[in-house]
Amino acid sequence: MSEPFTLTETDLEDVATGAWILGTGGGGDPYFSMLETKLLYERGARVSVIDPLSLDDDDLICCVGKMGAPLVTQEKLGDGEAIAETIRRMEAYLGRRFKGVMIWEIGGANGFQAILASAILGLPVVDCDAMGRAFPQADMTTFAICDLPAYPWTMVDIRRNSIIFTEAEDWSWMERMTRRACTVFGSVAATCKAPRTGREVKTCTVLHTLSKALRLGRIVREARRTHHDPVQAILHAERGVALFRGKVSDVQRRTSEGWLRGTLQIDGLDAHAGHVFQLEFQNEYAIGREDGEVRVTVPDLICVLDSVSGEAIGTETVRYGQRVTVVGLPAPAILRTPKGLQHVGPRAFGYDLEFRSLFPAADGGAACAPPPLEGLGREADQGWGEGCEHRRTPPPNLGPLRGPSPQGEGENPIPIPDNAT
Amino acid sequence: MIRAGIDVGGTNTDAVLLQDNTVLAATKQPTTADVTSGVIASLRLVLGQSTIPPTSVDAVMIGTTHFVNAVVQRRDLAPVAALRVNLPAAARIPPFSDWPADLRDIVRGKVFMVRGGHEVDGRPIVPIDTAAIRDAARAMRAAGIASVGVSAVFSPLTSEAEDTAAAILREECPDVAITLSHDLGRIGLLARENVTLLNASLIPLARRTIAAFEQALREMGIGAPLYITQNDGTVVRAASAAAFPVHCFASGPTNSLRGAAFLSGLTEAVVIDIGGTTSDFGALVHGFPRPANNVVEIGGVRTLFRMPDLLSIGLGGGTLVDPTDPERIGPRSVGFRLTAQAMVFGGATLTCTDIGVAAGLIRLGDPQRVAGLSADFVRRALARIHAMIEENADRMKTSIAPLPLIAVGGGGFLMPERIAGFSGVVRVPHQEVANAVGAAIAQVSGEVDRVFTGIGRPAAIAEATRVARERAVSNGADPATLEVVEVEDLPLAYLPGDSLRVRVRVVGDV
Repeated sequence: MSEPFTLTETDLEDVATGAWILGTGGGGDPYFSMLETKLLYERGARVSVIDPLSLDDDDLICCVGKMGAPLVTQEKLGDGEAIAETIRRMEAYLGRRFKGVMIWEIGGANGFQAILASAILGLPVVDCDAMGRAFPQADMTTFAICDLPAYPWTMVDIRRNSIIFTEAEDWSWMERMTRRACTVFGSVAATCKAPRTGREVKTCTVLHTLSKALRLGRIVREARRTHHDPVQAILHAERGVALFRGKVSDVQRRTSEGWLRGTLQIDGLDAHAGHVFQLEFQNEYAIGREDGEVRVTVPDLICVLDSVSGEAIGTETVRYGQRVTVVGLPAPAILRTPKGLQHVGPRAFGYDLEFRSLFPAADGGAACAPPPLEGLGREADQGWGEGCEHRRTPPPNLGPLRGPSPQGEGENPIPIPDNAT
Repeated sequence: MIRAGIDVGGTNTDAVLLQDNTVLAATKQPTTADVTSGVIASLRLVLGQSTIPPTSVDAVMIGTTHFVNAVVQRRDLAPVAALRVNLPAAARIPPFSDWPADLRDIVRGKVFMVRGGHEVDGRPIVPIDTAAIRDAARAMRAAGIASVGVSAVFSPLTSEAEDTAAAILREECPDVAITLSHDLGRIGLLARENVTLLNASLIPLARRTIAAFEQALREMGIGAPLYITQNDGTVVRAASAAAFPVHCFASGPTNSLRGAAFLSGLTEAVVIDIGGTTSDFGALVHGFPRPANNVVEIGGVRTLFRMPDLLSIGLGGGTLVDPTDPERIGPRSVGFRLTAQAMVFGGATLTCTDIGVAAGLIRLGDPQRVAGLSADFVRRALARIHAMIEENADRMKTSIAPLPLIAVGGGGFLMPERIAGFSGVVRVPHQEVANAVGAAIAQVSGEVDRVFTGIGRPAAIAEATRVARERAVSNGADPATLEVVEVEDLPLAYLPGDSLRVRVRVVGDV
């Protein structure tokens, strides 16, 4: 178990770099959220991070993320205050205070929403998330894999219109209902997902993913500073596999059912000269074939990195001529279980394929069984499997409705325009 | 038709005189600190060479990097007001966020954020707060602000909020210069606002500079109209250029690209301009520079607007070569001190020019001074230079199909004869002043970029084309020569009722 620590301003940039890599091509660029957090830092805010394993079993933890189209964020920028507001409203609804805030999705811009909420509310960030990467839907989470209840959710928009989703049959229904509401709100909304107990956080999340994003960002920064190859540094530190190195020779995109789908072709260079790698994406990179043979599939992380800078390249921005290295990173163990693969395996993305991990040593295990993840040495603490039984019960201590939490609106921590009253 | 084309770069001011499609005279002069006297000197020289009287010149086209240099060097910038119509959206990252502190301190005059703007589906976020805009305008007047940049959420979809703000500003402070973000950029509030604020900050300098050019022409007895070259390879009348100085930012490389197209007769090609310090790569599509679709950093500020897609690497005639390792080349350069510091000119610094002389690719200075370089060293250095050119030229291609590569600029001798992925290397006459030729031949454009709803794609494109043609003519184009060079339509999935963003660009001869 690691000691609590405080994120520095440089850490914020490194987390953004790492979260963008873990986004596996999707999740939106964390730039705006990172910038918003930095502005909060200029006003004195600081974010502390705690180890989920330090939680008591009955601690109550909230989980926040943003929904909507990355295009809309390009115009409306971030709104950390709305994220904070979803937490206040959830506390008011439950009649309980949270001990900390965890990340919904470490990959992409959502990797920053818990950090933003923490900077505003002072709650510590719990170092874990519900995906270990980026995925497009709520039913592709560890919470869904563990059949934890999908409710309640609070949702807040920029005008402070607010909805509490008090109950949902399952994660797919919650996804459907909230997606519709999000569109009405202008295609972007802040959400506080179903709260979790300390016990659930310890057993049904991907642990230490904020540290992982931070570590990735630091590795890239350090490699660039010392003129080493950032891609090699990432591979070395994360036990990744370099799948292919080449030049993007074709990109095709289309939008269907709200997903950005398409293919990317890479012609090999150097050791891969004469070979072709093809990636298919659905928001995130989903499957990779070399010369027609499947090499890698979800849920393993498929990252396309700039061969020189190590910068992640998203499915929305990748273009012809870029020199890229395709890197596979191991999927979190929980995603590789049979139950996990039902939610996030190749078939969940419409490919009639068995998942064959790039990392066979880490494979195997029944749903919700302790993951044989080498190196972490924390399996014993995880109590894996508990909290995995299917249930549809209200969250703990669902109290009567109460007024707004005493945290209130707080001071505006942002540089104040000249016309502010 | 006699046209003078002048390209004012950071180092040289190049000028040509064109009679129809023939180059009558050309010169390369050092750029002067005041810009104008260098322009006059080079104009006098080409007029003198050709014996054309000043009164016979029909049009003068000037391209200048003066405005972008002002941003990069933090000089001659005016403090501006930022007015953003956004609340309650985009409230947490105010204007001037993530600017380099030194630049922000100069440009940031006043900042106002008011309620208004639109959703992605075209609905207002909230009703626009006109009273707050009026208050802001009065505060600007009281503070003596001369230029204001206005942005609104989703203004590229509907300019209503920015237009409303502009009308109030004109009522309350009639003398203030107004830049509206939807005139400059696309989706991406922060990057679009950034370029709007840079533009606002440059307007006073642009007005002074262009007035000085006009004054200079009058003093020389040239009565022809003055045009200023733009990022897209066309020209506008001096008065409109003064309103949008950011549209001149990339005119140097753009003019090279256009000059290369003209001198080679090619319309689809990759162009490399090898200068003293850098090599600039660009791509021609239908004879015009391909626009960039990504964020371009200018002076440390992220911007997104109409810029050519360019790639610049530290490789030119003055680029340093490591005497102990022939494969370590650049990015530093001796720049304009080449004739003092390069080995063939008696200096002690090994440059790419020295490699070119040693390899017998060009005759310059004293070849004896590089006779001591081993043949192997020279061969390896050249191979590295060629590899740098090959890789970056390839990056400019958008498909696998082979294209011609046109080489211009003073460092053209560094180009290999053949290059993988390209059908051939094309060299053109007057390549050393291709940028001034590009300025001289520039055409006038008219552009429309608007959202149409409910009238269907063919009708929307027809209407946009009609308006673009009208605009081109009012900008000074000969109606008989109009040509549609770009039609782009983008279905807007989020907007109701079959909405389409249509962009049409029409060009014609001056």
